Amino acid sequence: MHALDFIDPGTPAVPEPAAGAVKQVTVEIDGFSVTVPDGTSIMRAASQLGNQIPKLCATSSLKAFGSCRLCLVEIEGRKGYPASCTTTVADGMKIRTQSEKLGQLRGNVLELYLSDHPSEAECCSSNNRCELHEMAAAAGVSESRYSLSGVDGIAAGRTHQHSSKDESNPYFVFNQDACIVCSRCVRACDEVQGTFALTIEGRGFDSKVSASQAESFLDSECVSCGACVEACPTTALTEKSVLSLGKAEQAIATTCAYCGVGCTFKAEMKGEQVIRMVPYREGHANHGHACVKGRFAYGYATHADRITKPMIRSKITDPWREVSWDEAINYAAAEFKRIQAKYGRDSVGGITSSRCTNEETFLVQKLVRAAFGNNNVDTCARVCHSPTGYGLKNTIGESAGTQEFDSVMQADVIMLIGANPTEGHPVFASQMKRRLRQGAKLIVIDPRQIKLVRTPHIEADYHLQLRPGTNVALMNSIAHVIVTEGLAHDEYITDRCEAQSWEKWQAFVSDPKNSPEAMEAITGVPAMAVRAAARLYGSAPNGAIYYGLGVTEHSQGTTMVMAIANLAMATGNLGRVGVGVNPLRGQNNVQGSCDMGSFPHEFSGYRHVSDDAVRATFESEWGVELDSEPGLRIPNMFEAALDGSFRALYIQGEDIAQSDPNTNHVTAALTAMECVVVQDLFLNESAKFAHVFFPGSSFLEKNGTFTNAERRIGRVRKVMQPLGGLEDWEATVRFSNALGYPMSYTHPSQIMDEIAALTPTFTGVSYEKLDKLGSIQWPCNEAAPDGTPTMHIGQFVRGKGKFFVTDYVPTREKTTSRFPLLLTTGRILTQYNVGAQTRRTLNVVWHDEDRLEIHPHDADVRGILEGDWVGIASRAGETVLRAQVTDRVQPGVVYTTFHFPESGANVVTTDNSDWATNCPEYKVTAVQVVKVNQPSEWQKRYHELTERNTRIRRDADVHV
Amino acid sequence: MHIDYLVRMANDIGAFFANEEDKKVAAASIRQHIHRYWDPRMRSRIIAYYNETGGGELEGPVRAAIQQLAEETAAKA
Ligand code: SF4
Ligand code: SF4
Ligand code: FES
Repeated sequence: MHALDFIDPGTPAVPEPAAGAVKQVTVEIDGFSVTVPDGTSIMRAASQLGNQIPKLCATSSLKAFGSCRLCLVEIEGRKGYPASCTTTVADGMKIRTQSEKLGQLRGNVLELYLSDHPSEAECCSSNNRCELHEMAAAAGVSESRYSLSGVDGIAAGRTHQHSSKDESNPYFVFNQDACIVCSRCVRACDEVQGTFALTIEGRGFDSKVSASQAESFLDSECVSCGACVEACPTTALTEKSVLSLGKAEQAIATTCAYCGVGCTFKAEMKGEQVIRMVPYREGHANHGHACVKGRFAYGYATHADRITKPMIRSKITDPWREVSWDEAINYAAAEFKRIQAKYGRDSVGGITSSRCTNEETFLVQKLVRAAFGNNNVDTCARVCHSPTGYGLKNTIGESAGTQEFDSVMQADVIMLIGANPTEGHPVFASQMKRRLRQGAKLIVIDPRQIKLVRTPHIEADYHLQLRPGTNVALMNSIAHVIVTEGLAHDEYITDRCEAQSWEKWQAFVSDPKNSPEAMEAITGVPAMAVRAAARLYGSAPNGAIYYGLGVTEHSQGTTMVMAIANLAMATGNLGRVGVGVNPLRGQNNVQGSCDMGSFPHEFSGYRHVSDDAVRATFESEWGVELDSEPGLRIPNMFEAALDGSFRALYIQGEDIAQSDPNTNHVTAALTAMECVVVQDLFLNESAKFAHVFFPGSSFLEKNGTFTNAERRIGRVRKVMQPLGGLEDWEATVRFSNALGYPMSYTHPSQIMDEIAALTPTFTGVSYEKLDKLGSIQWPCNEAAPDGTPTMHIGQFVRGKGKFFVTDYVPTREKTTSRFPLLLTTGRILTQYNVGAQTRRTLNVVWHDEDRLEIHPHDADVRGILEGDWVGIASRAGETVLRAQVTDRVQPGVVYTTFHFPESGANVVTTDNSDWATNCPEYKVTAVQVVKVNQPSEWQKRYHELTERNTRIRRDADVHV
Repeated sequence: MHIDYLVRMANDIGAFFANEEDKKVAAASIRQHIHRYWDPRMRSRIIAYYNETGGGELEGPVRAAIQQLAEETAAKA
């Protein structure tokens, strides 16, 4: 069932053409005239007049199908009764949507459907709407005169009633009784989601909806995106939450707090209870689609593990003591002041979160710079996309992706590097798959066989399955082909790029040492395939590059981002729709947290702290003197903690003890500090080393904005009161006041106004404008009052684009006889990042532990069978996981996810990092894998520590 | 701060500029990077290491870059 407040125009809008305008057509419907784009259905045109023609098999997210015959109309001068969903308007058409004959025909159709459908009382049992009963009520049909007996040889009294229900999916039920076989679900799965999990099985009376090969939904190919549930016009597919909680009363638009796609949702609420989340059709990032995380996995927000009281303790081995907000805040402030007095101004710092709002992030970095008086602030983007910022800023001038998601619909060749969108960015993956089914070509560059390499109706043209850590070598060899085979776009380069940098770069890549043939020994990719893929990208009218953490999380992460920008510039693939360089950001607000000045060396809008003019604007707005020297980055903070010069840390919404590499090193650093303040929903891994805990607020409990991977700023709206009493930004405000630096915001919109006043790319952004436009892509300022979907049109933000020579430098992390395999890491669809949220939802039915993927050959020589416990040892540490034997990974490479803390995936990863940004090299670790029969030493210690450091003594006298 | 850690970081930066034929330009770029992105305590630690030992483990133009930083600091003092 679609959203509470959605009026379904029945068929999709006519897509806007790449160039020019669509012809407009005027028709008359029941005497009213309406003008619509050519190609619009009669049904949609009528809807524009507020006239909802009865329908069952049509809905605007799907192509018209014309099977139910309920939407019939009469057209003057034409015989018969055409279906209004499949018939498009023609100039001057005169259409009637109501007549006695039409009423009769529709009545018959409805009675037939009703004859094999649960009664209104059974079906619509107050909790849900059923379009069939709504249509019947509107048409005045209340009961059926039909019985199915005798029709088409159907035995007397035979119906589909009381067939079995499929309740296997944790979030929705399939009840065949109520199914009218309109195939809206099947088409939603195909057209919207692109998974092709559903079919109509059988014919005639026996036809029914079936998941994969007549499997249960849970066992089938279904990825639980929920598109079919929303498309279903009856109660056949219904959310379990709706069945148990009843019908929502209001719908509030907000933004998903999971991945960087940043889908817009309507939170359907009953009081303060979420009944369900429905993706918003007007959402610019998702156009009404969602994935299993955003649509269904919000239960963590009210999970029993939520910590809702502030807590303090003087030693990390003490039990926690619940206290009032005032006591917790005053304690933290006193500690920070004491530590600064003793060890100096620079001995404290803060970490902002990509999971928090722009406003909250901005405040934390302001607190560090203005109240702590130093620049020791960093954000978790350090460990994911910091190379993107550095690489793109230096080559083309702005630290952000160049396109909007919709741009992919005009790409001819898509190059996907080190990203796994069907798992990490599912809604964008659905859009990309739609484009690929229309015929766009696909090049996948990934050590692992990701789903997009081969999935229903899609097959990558080339999968360059390189060895982990050789990205730059491969990219240079692709560039070699482009330049030496004359595929570079000379005119574009002359016009838009720095000539000297081009000369140098093209001489560099043309060197035979960079040819695919020479590089083959390093990358392991056949030279022929590299040449063919390079030619495909180089000769595409529109070539678009999408990339993920497989690019950035390497010792040459920044070099690779530059290599990507070089390639796009050399082929003229920047500065228009359909092309571009597009980093797929992991978490919801990675882009935003970077934009907001979370890095130790720059203010919001990516301006260096040593820039006197910029600093002066902040100093006058904030009324304090600011430090002109860069502060510590996260890994540097750890080093400084270990040498005693860094003693206190305020961490908002991050879990560095789980997400950062070389866990033993991180926890040693945290243990060395005197005051760690953790603000989070749960007692996370880092909280085990904390002295103060501020209860965090979930995205449902606060106002703010998130900025997605396409620079789109979207509103987050409060739908319930914060369980801990304060929204996260409110806690920061109180902390700052206690430290003696006054902040007086009463609403996040005031924080956004300050951001706009201080940041040239945000000057036009306000909550008022966000309410009006729905969302805004920055830059949004005088030059672009409604925002900027495509960047670098006409010229680069930098002025002239600059090519950088990108020598391949092998990582220090080398395989040896002791550590003969390369471990690389990634994500899966149903879990999110450190898993703190998704592990506390029913999503665990799909993934309840991290597994180690190993190639059958490597498993075989080690005597490892599917499901065996295996020890994984690297130079940094050792952990134990269960094996999954699969040829998705190549021989010599093993792979795991890191969603569960007890897996200890990061116990194994090392502290090698990107040369420019210190982004850790998560993607390459030399390891040995052996069969074992007990957990690792680390895991044993982990369990002891969990036991000891998370005790809470609940006897405090608490006032807020 | 562990000097090995800083030396390794500095050499990683140097590796990116290794292709630069003009070693003066390479050294200036490395110096500039460290100046813009390293916190002062990291810079003073590596400068102290250079002053005390001559920076034997700093590879190629990295040593010249740190030398520049050391000279600038000395000039300011
Ligand atoms: S939930 Fe999504 S993937 Fe599963 S059957 Fe429905 S549309 Fe297909
Ligand atoms: S997790 Fe990502 S794709 Fe899924 S609903 Fe949220 S923003 Fe959309
Ligand atoms: S809605 Fe047009 S035929 Fe079903």
